[in-house]
Amino acid sequence: MAEGAAPGAATATSPAAGGVPTYDVAVVGAGVVGCAVARELAGFDLSVALLEARDDVGDVTSKANTAIWHTGFDASPGTLEARLVARGWQLLGDYAEATGIPLERTGALLVAWDDEQRDALPGLERKARENGYERCEIVDAERVYALEPALGPGARGGLVVPDEGIVCPWTTTLALALDAQARGTAVRLGHHVDGVEVGATHTRLVTSAGPVDARWVVGAAGLGADHLDRAFGHERFTVTPRRGQLLVFDKLARRLVDRVVLPVPTAKGKGVLVSPTVYGNVMVGPTAEDLADRRATGTTEEGLAGLLARSEGLVPALADEELTATYAGLRAATEHRDYVVEVDAAQRYLCLGGIRSTGLTSSMALGEHVAALLADAGVELTPRTDLPPPPAMPPIGEAQRRPYADAERIAADPDYGRVVCFCERVTRGEVRDALASPLPPSDLGGVRRRTRATMGRCQAFFCGAEVAAMLVEGARGGAR
Amino acid sequence: MSGVARRTVDVAVVGSGPSGLVAARRLAAAGADVVVLEREAAPGGVPRHSAHTGYGLRDRHRLMTGPAYAARLAEEADAAGATLRTEATVTGWAGPRALAVTSPAGLEELDAGAVVLATGARERPRPARLVAGDRPMGVVTTGLLQQLVHLHDRLSASRAVVVGAELVSWSAVLTLREAGCATVLMTSEHDVAEAPAPLRWLGPRALGVPLATRTRVARILGRGRVEGVEVVDTRSGARSQVACDLVVFTGSWRAEGELARTAGLQVDPASGAPVVDTELRTSAPGVFAAGNLVHPVDTADVAALGGAHVADAVRRWLEAPALPPRGVALAAEAPLAWVAPTVLRPGDRPPPRRRLLAWSTEARALAAVRLTQDGREIARRRLPWAVSPGRVLRLPAGLLDAVDLAGGPVRLTLD
Repeated sequence: MAEGAAPGAATATSPAAGGVPTYDVAVVGAGVVGCAVARELAGFDLSVALLEARDDVGDVTSKANTAIWHTGFDASPGTLEARLVARGWQLLGDYAEATGIPLERTGALLVAWDDEQRDALPGLERKARENGYERCEIVDAERVYALEPALGPGARGGLVVPDEGIVCPWTTTLALALDAQARGTAVRLGHHVDGVEVGATHTRLVTSAGPVDARWVVGAAGLGADHLDRAFGHERFTVTPRRGQLLVFDKLARRLVDRVVLPVPTAKGKGVLVSPTVYGNVMVGPTAEDLADRRATGTTEEGLAGLLARSEGLVPALADEELTATYAGLRAATEHRDYVVEVDAAQRYLCLGGIRSTGLTSSMALGEHVAALLADAGVELTPRTDLPPPPAMPPIGEAQRRPYADAERIAADPDYGRVVCFCERVTRGEVRDALASPLPPSDLGGVRRRTRATMGRCQAFFCGAEVAAMLVEGARGGAR
Repeated sequence: MSGVARRTVDVAVVGSGPSGLVAARRLAAAGADVVVLEREAAPGGVPRHSAHTGYGLRDRHRLMTGPAYAARLAEEADAAGATLRTEATVTGWAGPRALAVTSPAGLEELDAGAVVLATGARERPRPARLVAGDRPMGVVTTGLLQQLVHLHDRLSASRAVVVGAELVSWSAVLTLREAGCATVLMTSEHDVAEAPAPLRWLGPRALGVPLATRTRVARILGRGRVEGVEVVDTRSGARSQVACDLVVFTGSWRAEGELARTAGLQVDPASGAPVVDTELRTSAPGVFAAGNLVHPVDTADVAALGGAHVADAVRRWLEAPALPPRGVALAAEAPLAWVAPTVLRPGDRPPPRRRLLAWSTEARALAAVRLTQDGREIARRRLPWAVSPGRVLRLPAGLLDAVDLAGGPVRLTLD
């Protein structure tokens, strides 16, 4: 019962036996935004398809996010982004509590490293108020070091933002996708949209895995959003991928950093931050490099060396800690300063473009916004009263009770007491559950994002072979 | 917390590699109640998946394969009366000598009279070496490679680049050969490959492996699957690309020292190893460390002999748990990265095998070691062999005879 068959869900109609199913709405792109939109729309009496080019959800920009749960205090006032991030902060916070998405209310500390930056703090506080966020507080250098004693020398002052936090981007995307699926959304992985044929009553999406028809199309295609937009005949924006390289330090470094430490933003972006992660690591980054290549997810020697030097300036004790991961992600930046969310009612098409890294926080608010826009455009939205409960996500956050530390779980199922990934303390039971889930991983990366297995400091030295074997066995089991 | 079983034992040994098993055997034979906690499904540690010969020379005076060696040590510990528990992961500390353990049987707190940390070492993986590029499949360490091949018979690659030219790098080459994968290049950042001279000379010829010295792997090529590496000549800066479908990062060892860190033990930042004295006591009373955890890494037989050495120290602690006398610190200075043991106390035995172990970051064809204390040279000895990075440097403990155990810190360096 994977999709389309959830009780009470509207199902796609087939015009003729063996024909192409027609959905009320097809959402293109299963990143965090597409998953949130599909989940929201599947809460109404609509049949929804979620099409994803890759073999897993959240496998492009969503997986390499800086994982900050933003209040929106520093957004540009009056923008759609500012409004949706503030709203999304609330929605995601509540949803994380309901589902068990790892989320920690750490707070943030924006640090001024020179007098000019210090002089910019009152302006940032004002901007936060314009954004409706009232709880910022300017503090002196002494207070900065009292809050974050491991920071390097030179801080001149700071701005405390008590409601910023950190969240697991992988679990967030997966929870929204599973929820959408449980609500009846047809999740179609490996469906790359190659062409769009707009008809009188529905649009045919020509995909790498065959055609899909839908009355409405919602584009949430991230790095490919402009391509899809052009396929509908628009010339509204061009995605210029902005690469962000990141360093992840060993968990033993976690004691060095209690909250998200932000720099004073400049025109180039929000700058390099130091942040704890929900997995118990410390992350430093991102860089901000505008690129032409939408596939340039590799790190560079200069990028890594620059971040390492920066790390040691920001938190000198990081120099003695090991790096457990380096990676790069691409933000789907455009020439516009705001999100591009526009309805083309004539073609029954809604475009979501330029959703940058804040999209993780704003995703559920974007879902609400899309629903409201569709209603305005005449789509009949009847809320369902028979929705399944939200999914219960595996506790992969360090602030949660992990299975290896849960006596009751182990007593009920000894596989939760069989640690396979020692660095991250991931048990055989958790890997097994991930492989048996309704949206199973398609490769080792997918296992990593669902369980953290092989993500630790040994990088699979001890457990990689075991986890790979489970993946192969799981795939075989699934095929049987 | 509910549901946690509590047990007390005389000795808890964490890790069932050669040092842990030998320590357990010796202590159990002496009548102690010993539990060995092994997180893997079988005891034996790293030799278990190192199928070639070369094990057992110094401790058993014969040559064996890794798996045979591991099996023998486990049998002997078991026969001596030690309890070997597999799939038992120590996740942290529940007290100064109490371990939090997760196993399929549940959660447990094991309160021990003495704890021996024997958790070994691991290779620095790619991220720790700051190698740029995408993150395709096909980037492994020797540890992972050998498990893939020997424990799971699962390797699909035909052309490998081996990063590093240490002893373990050649072990990787042999494993690759056995799995039908050619080593198309071995790289070393040093002027001369790190492995001992006979292997350095024979290896490339006998195994047909091209060796590039003064060469750094700067970038991984490929997205879904490794397609090659970009290498840099560290002298000229010239770059070139080598096609391959597997990259093996070898050596560059680091102590598997998480428990040492979480216990708050003094740790050497250069190796990640807990600081120990010549009896292999750590900075916490009743907590000992042995094997490659304290010297990442020497050979398995040396680790095993460290296990024998620590057993006697543990036995004395169990008989009379007394704090050791104040000692003198021994510190490595460049080009030495670390030395072990690093605390010298009056009345203690010399270190295991009467050797100090150290690690050099530079190659020296002709070298002498020099010890200084309180601003003056107290010992100097010319070494009869060349010093190489990527290989442990074994120094005679007799050098320490001149140390004034009431004096200031001692510094060890190379001339």
